[in-house]
Parts: sequence; C-alpha cells; structure tokens
Amino acid sequence: MSEATKPQPQAKGEKTPISDTSYVGIDAILEQMRRKAMKQGFEFNVMVVGQSGLGKSTLMNTLFKSKVSRKSVQPNVEERIPKTVEIKSVSHDVEEKGVRMKLTVIDTPGFGDQINNENCWQPIMKFINDQYETYLQEEININRKKRIPDTRVHCCIYFIPPTGHCLRPLDVEFMRHLSKVVNIVPVIAKADTLTLEERDSFKKTIREELRANGIDVYPQKEFDEDAEDRMINDKIREMIPFAVVGSDQEYQVNGKRILGRKTKWGTIEVENIAHCEFAYLRDLLIRTHMQNIKDITCSIHYETYRVRRLNESNILFTSNPPDHPAPATPQPNGVAAHRSSVE
Amino acid sequence: ALAGVKSIHQVCRYLKYSYHQQKNLEGYVGFASLPNQVYRKSVKRGFEFTLMVVGESGLGKSTLINSLFLTDLYSAEYPGPSHRIKKTVQVEQSKVLIKEGGVQLLLTIVDTPGFGDAVDNSNCWQPVIDHIDSKFEDYLNSESRVNRRQMPDSRIHCCLYFIAPSGHGLKPLDIEFMKRLHEKVNVIPLIAKADTLTPEECQQFKKQIMREIQEHKIKIYEFPETDDEEENRLVKKIKDKLPLAVVGSNTIIEVNGKRVRGRQYPWGVAEVENSDHCDFTILRDMLIRTHMQDLKDVTNNVHYENYRSRKLAAVTYNGVDNNKAKGQLSTKSPLAQMEEERREHVAKMKKMEMEMEQVFEMKVKEKVQKLKDSEAELQRRHEQMKKNLEAQHKELEDKRRVFEEERANWETQQRLQQQQMEATRYSTHTRAQFVYMHHHRVTRGSALCKACACITHCRVGK
Repeated sequence: MSEATKPQPQAKGEKTPISDTSYVGIDAILEQMRRKAMKQGFEFNVMVVGQSGLGKSTLMNTLFKSKVSRKSVQPNVEERIPKTVEIKSVSHDVEEKGVRMKLTVIDTPGFGDQINNENCWQPIMKFINDQYETYLQEEININRKKRIPDTRVHCCIYFIPPTGHCLRPLDVEFMRHLSKVVNIVPVIAKADTLTLEERDSFKKTIREELRANGIDVYPQKEFDEDAEDRMINDKIREMIPFAVVGSDQEYQVNGKRILGRKTKWGTIEVENIAHCEFAYLRDLLIRTHMQNIKDITCSIHYETYRVRRLNESNILFTSNPPDHPAPATPQPNGVAAHRSSVE
Repeated sequence: ALAGVKSIHQVCRYLKYSYHQQKNLEGYVGFASLPNQVYRKSVKRGFEFTLMVVGESGLGKSTLINSLFLTDLYSAEYPGPSHRIKKTVQVEQSKVLIKEGGVQLLLTIVDTPGFGDAVDNSNCWQPVIDHIDSKFEDYLNSESRVNRRQMPDSRIHCCLYFIAPSGHGLKPLDIEFMKRLHEKVNVIPLIAKADTLTPEECQQFKKQIMREIQEHKIKIYEFPETDDEEENRLVKKIKDKLPLAVVGSNTIIEVNGKRVRGRQYPWGVAEVENSDHCDFTILRDMLIRTHMQDLKDVTNNVHYENYRSRKLAAVTYNGVDNNKAKGQLSTKSPLAQMEEERREHVAKMKKMEMEMEQVFEMKVKEKVQKLKDSEAELQRRHEQMKKNLEAQHKELEDKRRVFEEERANWETQQRLQQQQMEATRYSTHTRAQFVYMHHHRVTRGSALCKACACITHCRVGK
C-alpha cells in the first residue's frame, strides 16, 4: 500500500529531506479515500420545479449531456397538464472517467399550472419530508444496513419565468416555504427572451425580493465555513439567479459542433458565457459544489428534520407518527447548539 | 278581345318594374362620389377604437402597444401597470389621440394588470367580463335616450389575449378565459415574446394551440371572406399563421446600415418588422390597416346585439322585477326622461370639473416642489462655485505674494549688483549709464545731447 502511494516527500519548512524517516505518509489517506469513493460511487438527487413549458427537462438533459429527464424516458406520454402536482422520479447510473454516479431527477409536473395554485407546494414538501423520514427510519434501525441508500433531495432547481419584471407571488411563496428544508437554486428559465440589460435589472430585482422576504437560497450565507469559502460564495451570490438556456440539439458554428438554439437572427450557444450562464450553473452544481450541496443536505437540513422528529416523538411518548405537515423548522444555529451539547 | 290585349300590356309593364334590373345610366349622375362624401364626413368626425389587452404580467403587452401605435403610451413618466404586481385584477383605461394624414383616431387601451398573477386565479376573468358588460350597458342606455346626438362608443372592439410562449400548449387559465369571453368580444390570441421560440417550435406551438382551440370550441375572431380573390388569398395566408407570434420593441438598432426596431442580443438582433422573424407586421396590418372597421362592425352587429337581446329579454321576461335604476326603458314620459338626462349630465360635468381641479392642484404642487428642488440645487451649486472661486482667489493671492517677495529680492539683488558695478568701473561706464538711463535729446545736425551735453551719436532719437 505504502509503496504504491509514496509520493515525493514535501519539504515542509525544511530545506532538504535528510532521510525518508521524516515522511510519515498521512496524506496518502487522500488516495485511499479516492479509491474507496470510486468503488462505492456517488449519489445525487436533483429536483426540478417550475411551471410547464419552462424547459426543465431540456435543461436536465443539457446539464448531464444525456437523456436523463422524465420526458426522454417516457417519450410516448402525451403532453397533458395533470390536475394536481405529481412527483415523478427517474434514476440513471452514469459514469465518467471511472467515477460512477447514481443520478436521480425528480420532476414535478403540474406545479403552478392550475388556475388555483393554492398550496401546490405541499405535495413537494411532503415528498421531501418523506425522503428524510425514510432515511431516519433506516438510521434508527437496530440492524442498520452498511450503506443507507440516500434518496434525500440534495438540490432543488427552481425555474423562474422570464417576465423581466419581478417575482410572482407563487414564486415567493414556494421559495419561502422550501428554502428551509432543501437547498434551492433559482434559475431564470428561457433566458434567451431577455436582452442583457433586461437580464441584469431582472436579476437585481429578484435578489432584492429574495432579501426582502428573507429567503435564503443556496449558497446560504450562514453556512460559509471560512473566509475562502465566503469569498467564492460571495462571487456566486452576486450572480444568482443564473440565466440559463437549455438545448439538446447540436449545430455547426465556426466549424465546431456545439449545443445551441438556432433562430432566424442568430444561434444561441448554450455553453458560451457571453450568451447565457449555463456554464456557471453547471460548474456550481457539478464541478465545484456538488459535495458541498450534499453536505449541507445531510448535516443541516436532515439534522433539523431529525431533531424536530425526535422532539415530537419524545413529547408524544409513542412510536413515530408517519408524517406531519408542519413546515416550520428550528434555526440551524439551534441544531449546532444541540449537536455540540450532545457531544 | 281588346280588353285582354290592354291587360297584357299592363301585366308586362308591371313585370318590368318589379324586377331589380341593373340599369345602365345614359349620362353621369354623380352618385359615384358618395364614398368621398362618407370619407370626408368620417375624417371630420374622427374615429374611435377601443382595444383590450389581457395576459399575465411580464408578457410584453405594454411594449407591444407602444410598438403597434408608435407612441409611448406607457413611458418613464407614466409607467404602466407592469412595474407593480397587483393583488387583485384591475381594469385600467388609457386614452390617446393619434393623428396621421389628417385622420384622427381616439384610441383607448384597456389594460388588465394583475390578471393571472396571483396564486389563486379563480375568477380573475370576472372583472374583465364586468367591464365589458358595463360598456355594453352604457351604450345601450345612450341608445335608448331621448337625446341621442352624442353616442360615445366605448365598447371594447377587440381583445388581444397574450399566450405565454411555453411551447407546449394552452394553460387551463387561457382556455377558461377564452371560453368565457369569446361570445362577448372579438378575441385575438397572440403568442407573446415570440423570440423565445425557434421557427420549428413556433410552428408546432401554433398547431397545438389551434388544435386546442378547436377542441374546446372557442370562437376566436374570424376574418371575413370577401368577393375579391386577391383579398381572400391574403386572408387565407393570415389564417394559416394564427395565432400570431409577436415581438414588440421600440428601441432602434443599426443592422447592416439600416435602422430597424428590434431587440439586441449577443447572438443577433431580432427585428420586429421583419416577417421572417415574427408576425408583428401581419398583426399591425390586420388590426389597423385592413380590419379595424370590420372589428367594430362585428362588435356592433354580433356581440352588442347578443348582449342587448339577452338583457332586454331578461327585462321583459321578469316584468317589473328587473327594474334597475338604469334599466327602465319606456316607463317614463320622454319629457321626464329628458329632465333626468339633463340633471345627470350636469352632475357628470360637475364631477369632471372637480376631478380636473384636483389633478390641477396635484400638478401645481408637483411643479412647485420641482422648482423648489431645482432652486435648492442652483443655490448649492452657486455656493460651491463661490467657494471654488474664493479658493482660487486665495491661491492666486498666495502666488502673487510669493512673486512679489521674489521680485523684491531680485530687485534688491540687482541694486546691490549695480552699486558694485558702479563702484568698480564708474568712469568708463558713466556715459553708458547715461545712455542707459535716458533718452538723448538731439536736434538734427547737432551732435550734442541737450540733456547731458555729451557728444554722442544718438541712435535712439527718433
């Protein structure tokens, strides 16, 4: 083991290593973890929420460069708007450079499409809490499985229609209720409707409204661990919500084949940051912050839920009730205090 | 037998007159100028047109209205309803008088901010229906008056319904709204913000929408068939493109040296008046140039008549029970009714006067405030300039003082130097000194200087 993973000893403050005895080999643990992770594989659960026709399925396909959305899996289902919000999840095993990932895309057709959209977020809240409940039950078991299958929703992408003016009451309500139980990443859908000035003013308006309503979207300010994180996350917070355009069709532009949308007045390149911010969203979700998103879900949102449930079962003094509609959750600081007190 | 012949002639003559034969005139009579007379009279009277726009917030309704009529109905000073989300559906009216080529058009735009924006949108169409009905009722009442000289026509002639460009189909709200309004007003569905869709998506979307419209038996405005072949072909072309996909913009952009109205994106410019890019020109031509009169006719002959017959049937059916204050049609004597109308008119005038006074007050206050503000601003600037000037003055003073000191120093130095020079070379330089110090006065011919009596050739005396 150590032979295979013995890197050159770094001179930590010493000019030259005198002998091999100054190298212990602690950093070889990184390699061990990497190998184990590659064997185990990762899980990532994404939920997409938004009105019908905002390009959710197309964006998912574009993000993961393959047909992962619900519509691609069931191509013959007719395009009718369901009468109530349904939750449909589709799982795929994707692999890249030896790293395996089980990707689950959870779709919510029927959200915001009715005439009366009162409480249309409740089925979604219920679903998220059910996933937490399942995980909690597995954890509480006496004989636990070695690896509990993680179906908790790590990230919820909320699609804002590109009106160009301000957030609608429905958007505000939904995000207010759900930012407390799941990481919300708001995006401006179909951003090729907006010119650059309109886009900037729309984003500013949205950011102000989010702040005015006390909605904390990912990356949340309170979970920044150190100054470096804060710097990186501040830069991201300047840019949310991302204005994205999705496409799964390729066109020839300047001799290269790229994903885009072709119109009579030009071709919109999806991965060109001068055209839209899809590249930033993809980097955030997949390349840089995926692990962080999962961590926040596991250690903060899930723990909040767990504390609440254990408190409830304590008060009731009976076996766990199946599920509960109360949306209020205690502050994460409370969770930290609780955890430290437990330790 | 003679009597029979006579009667046959009579019969023949009768038959000849009972046919509507096309008679060819033998000279020029002159009623071919009737259209011109109608034209001149209508131009003098001016035209009226009322247009209603309905759709969710953020679909570009205000921009489209501004683009259609090339005016800034909603501008920076009078922002339209788009910049505030309403809690309930309001119905707002804006009037603008447009003149073009000697013809004037009183255009009324009825906007419905708040439509479809709330979380619960049940019955958001009710204020719209109430408004349309109230306009019909106004017209009905003014028709039944004794004094009918002025009949202002504020009925809604056309309703543009904006469909969000989802690319899939109609939303339940769209279907519900159109089903309730297609019998009351001419509904023209439009696909808003059509630059979101690629041409293929647009085609598919249009087909899907038309299919759903037929499925739900919604009667949108039908373009009339005419006898003219040429026009029929145009109408058919329009019908194929329903619902029209529009893009609105009033910003002018340079494209290939031409100035066009459009929207500038990093990947290109979507031109509003280019029929390849969107159907705006078709909408404009149809709405303003060719079918405006037809829309008014259909409103008058079909929708208004429907309303009227329903209303009157209800009154007569229910007899006395349905007596609303305005609904009574023929129960009073005409004189009493005239009195009432006059009183109403006076009251209305008074109210308008009060309103105008209020508006005037408000405007005066605003102006006074603005003037005060600008005065304060000017004052401030004046102070600042004064301060600047004083600072500069001080600077200059300082510089001057320094300069004076330097000069005094220099002068004393020079004097010292001169004294030294005098001391050392007094004799030889005397004359030179004198030359330096004054101008020789010399008369012509003489070589003697009158001032110092020195013999010299004065080169200076001029």
